[in-house]
Amino acid sequence: MDYKAIGLKAGIEIHQQLDTAHKLFCNCPTRVRAVDEHNAEFRRYLRATESEMGEIDRAAEEEMKQARLFTYYAYDTTCLVENDDEPPAPLNQEALELGLTIAKLFRMTPIPQVHIMRKLVIDGSNTSGFQRTGLVAIDGVLPNGGTIESLCLEEEAAQRVEGPIFSLDRLGIPLVEITTSPCMHTPEEVAEVAAYIGMVLRSTGQVKRGIGTIRQDINVSIPEGARVEIKGVQELDLIAEVVRREVQRQQQLLWIRDRLIEKNASIDPVVQDVTGLFKQTGSAILKKAKVILAIRLFGFGGVVGHEIQPGRRLGSELSDYAKKCGVGGIFHTDELPAYGVTAGEKAALIEQMNAGEQDAVVLVAADRKQVTCAVRQVIKRAEMAFLGVPEETRKMLEEGSSAYMRPLPGAARMYPETDVLPVLLTAETWDQVCIPELLSARAERFHRDLNLDAGLAHQIAYSERLPLFERAVDEGLKPTLAARTLLSTLKELSRDGVAIDHIGDDQVLAVLHSIEEGKAAKEAIGDLLRALADGKSLDSALEALGPSISKDELSGLVSKIVAERKDFVAERGMGALGPLMGIVMEQVRGSVDGKVVSALLREELKKQG
Amino acid sequence: MLKLDSGYNIGVPPETCQLLDPAPSIEQPEQILVDQDSLLPHLSIVSTGGTIASKIDYRTGAVTSQFTAAELMRAIPGLGSIGQYRTVQLASILSENMTPSLWQELARAIYQEIRGGAEGVIVTHGTDTMAYSAAAVSFMLKTPVPVVFVGSQRSADRPSSDNLMNGLCSARAAVSDLGEVAVVMHQTASDDRCAIHRATRVRKMHTSRRDAFQSIGSSPIGTVAYPSLEVNLTADAVRRQPIEPELSDRLEERCGLLQFVPGLSPDILAAYDGYRGLVLSGTGLGHVSTTWFRQLGSMIEDGITIVMTSQCLSGRVCDRVYDTGRDLLKIGVVEGGTLLPEVALVKLMWVLGQEKDEEKAKRMMAADLRGEAPGRSAHGL
Repeated sequence: MDYKAIGLKAGIEIHQQLDTAHKLFCNCPTRVRAVDEHNAEFRRYLRATESEMGEIDRAAEEEMKQARLFTYYAYDTTCLVENDDEPPAPLNQEALELGLTIAKLFRMTPIPQVHIMRKLVIDGSNTSGFQRTGLVAIDGVLPNGGTIESLCLEEEAAQRVEGPIFSLDRLGIPLVEITTSPCMHTPEEVAEVAAYIGMVLRSTGQVKRGIGTIRQDINVSIPEGARVEIKGVQELDLIAEVVRREVQRQQQLLWIRDRLIEKNASIDPVVQDVTGLFKQTGSAILKKAKVILAIRLFGFGGVVGHEIQPGRRLGSELSDYAKKCGVGGIFHTDELPAYGVTAGEKAALIEQMNAGEQDAVVLVAADRKQVTCAVRQVIKRAEMAFLGVPEETRKMLEEGSSAYMRPLPGAARMYPETDVLPVLLTAETWDQVCIPELLSARAERFHRDLNLDAGLAHQIAYSERLPLFERAVDEGLKPTLAARTLLSTLKELSRDGVAIDHIGDDQVLAVLHSIEEGKAAKEAIGDLLRALADGKSLDSALEALGPSISKDELSGLVSKIVAERKDFVAERGMGALGPLMGIVMEQVRGSVDGKVVSALLREELKKQG
Repeated sequence: MLKLDSGYNIGVPPETCQLLDPAPSIEQPEQILVDQDSLLPHLSIVSTGGTIASKIDYRTGAVTSQFTAAELMRAIPGLGSIGQYRTVQLASILSENMTPSLWQELARAIYQEIRGGAEGVIVTHGTDTMAYSAAAVSFMLKTPVPVVFVGSQRSADRPSSDNLMNGLCSARAAVSDLGEVAVVMHQTASDDRCAIHRATRVRKMHTSRRDAFQSIGSSPIGTVAYPSLEVNLTADAVRRQPIEPELSDRLEERCGLLQFVPGLSPDILAAYDGYRGLVLSGTGLGHVSTTWFRQLGSMIEDGITIVMTSQCLSGRVCDRVYDTGRDLLKIGVVEGGTLLPEVALVKLMWVLGQEKDEEKAKRMMAADLRGEAPGRSAHGL
């Protein structure tokens, strides 16, 4: 598909957790805890409040459809600030400096006076009902010629444990939020820009690593479509797919719009109670429901069931809207009979509703209050189908499709954080911000100056072990040996179940030094690290290796082993090298370099041959 | 300061700014009219300000009190199904700006509301000095109906504010069978219930937590569950009585409260020259340094009433255990019993406002008039 011709416009918003000592507005550590370590819990309600301009944000209003009680888990590493029982401390300076470093890396312009705002979020993920955020810099540059609109410092939200239960350990960890302009025109370009921004962020060496520590929100629109924000894309690999599927969704919604207009479709304003029809039904959902209401959609037959994205139909969108009222979903005639509803029941429904072949009927089942709310939502979404694509915030589903979350939030969700004083950013502060070397530049330098091959140089530069590698090189260790140990050996050991977390950085370097000093062969690195992980000292680990052995002793040993296996050698010739290698290495237990053994064996076998 | 289209505010030096277009006029959102249900009990809301009614002030960037009682009703949906309201805006101040003369105005306003037929009165008040005002009203006013003080610890402009729950619970307490002055605030860190505290036993014990208010040395006199709003009163709570309200609003403002600290020179007492009463917040069972005795003795001879309380807050003052205590009694210091120091101050102002006779005043200070000085010390803190 030629996305440029379609007129795709996409932008991204990247949220990256910063690896600071403390949270953004309190002195708690930024440590994520196991849920069962919580030592207190409390329960709160949240409700939408007016902005200082006197408006209620439409996204917040949507969340308010259900008054919900949230439960929060607190830890010995969280405090009253996370509990929303104490005013915030001043803005974390370390996080601010890091934010400025990142801004400078993107050649942005800092804001002279940073004001902290409260962004209304009442889904329970913030105890206060808002996320504190401040605009720090604007107008950055991207290598593809695009621009970064803004860089904000924000608090991370609480982690959802399940349902309405949230864990406070993550709440308040500093985040940078980087928002690009809608300057990308192909799905691949979006993925590339996301990767580039991620690389720049990691170049600071002070961002959190691992799953969930970086999240991308993607904005997508096509001509005649609408701006749609897809939240929570965690894997870089899925970004392009998410964009492709959203373009597809918008195109299909536009197709649906045209069909509806062409068929002169409309929505029957009269909703009917059809509870009686399903008295004997085999559908558990309908049977359980106190009330079942039906909505007739003229001209929607076949359209409600039309696929707009893999696994998603217009019906799925209607269902998402209905779910905001607490119902489990909806049924529609395009998908029936199914879910325990029989063909007979479907026919009876169509008859009672007096629906024609061109029409669709949507069923909503729950208690009276929920059903009334859900019907209104279904009708609201069905009306939107005539306009094409609604502006929405959506959440990514597995594989890259998406579901409706809430309307796009407006400016009304911003309210000044009155408990935090504005922070002045002087020209002097800005001038003092030092920028680190980019990882991409570092990889090139390793390749050029340290003779690492290009692949290895890239791998180590982008790895979490980069700081240790740089220390190893500074201490005069061989770059290739250090890089391979840090990247492959440790990874292999970890895969074998060795507790490599128990090995300190100093210990890793000590092992490498012992190899360079000839105390052990590099084949022994794995065994040495294994011993250290078990809590042994390096000295005892070195002793456990074979005693150091002279070249003469080694040739004697090699000759002896070959002589003892004469028949095998005669049979295999040079092919015996591999198996014999193993036997010799086992006897010398890592005290000799494999290359030396191999050379001696080869010589000995040649003699035999 | 600029508000961007994104909703973010930023600060820029004014000299770098240029006005391109005049600011667009902001459409005032429609005011929701508050419907009153004429079948519900008559309640009065007397507002004095405080966090429960606070909003941002763009002049200072901090929050200030600027809601009227009517706006408060709008801010707390659900009030309308509990009662029908008359609203009186007495003041719009943060409670650190309260004064004894405002306590008097408050007592008079509440008295007028009850005389006018209010079946319960709600007083919105900043939390900092709410306990002082509630105690003061408690002494000045004998009430047949509930008089409920309420505030919030977390500003009303945040989705997590405690103002909604506290407001609804206070309204329910105001239509309950209670017949005394009380403070209704969160009882726990959760939004699960409010405690009803006796006005003369309650103290703000935390700077910021929702459950900052605690009854000291006694249990709360009731609870209001949330969201059911079910009220439970203990046997100890005074019930509604078919009596006329009585107002005794004279206060002797020349009273002070002084906390003794180790090494504090008795010279400080000279600052209380011209006072009629002084509450000491002493150490432990109720002590000050022996170096203070001479000055204290001469103050008492000059007709100043001196009342001893304890900075332990919990427990009873007993000056008969140690020599220093006995000496204090000898020179005429009044034991404050279990009176909280601040309540002792308010009570002393009121007692000296009512009674000119020194001995009678001393006896009133020792008596339990509004549940402020229970004769029994309950277990625990």
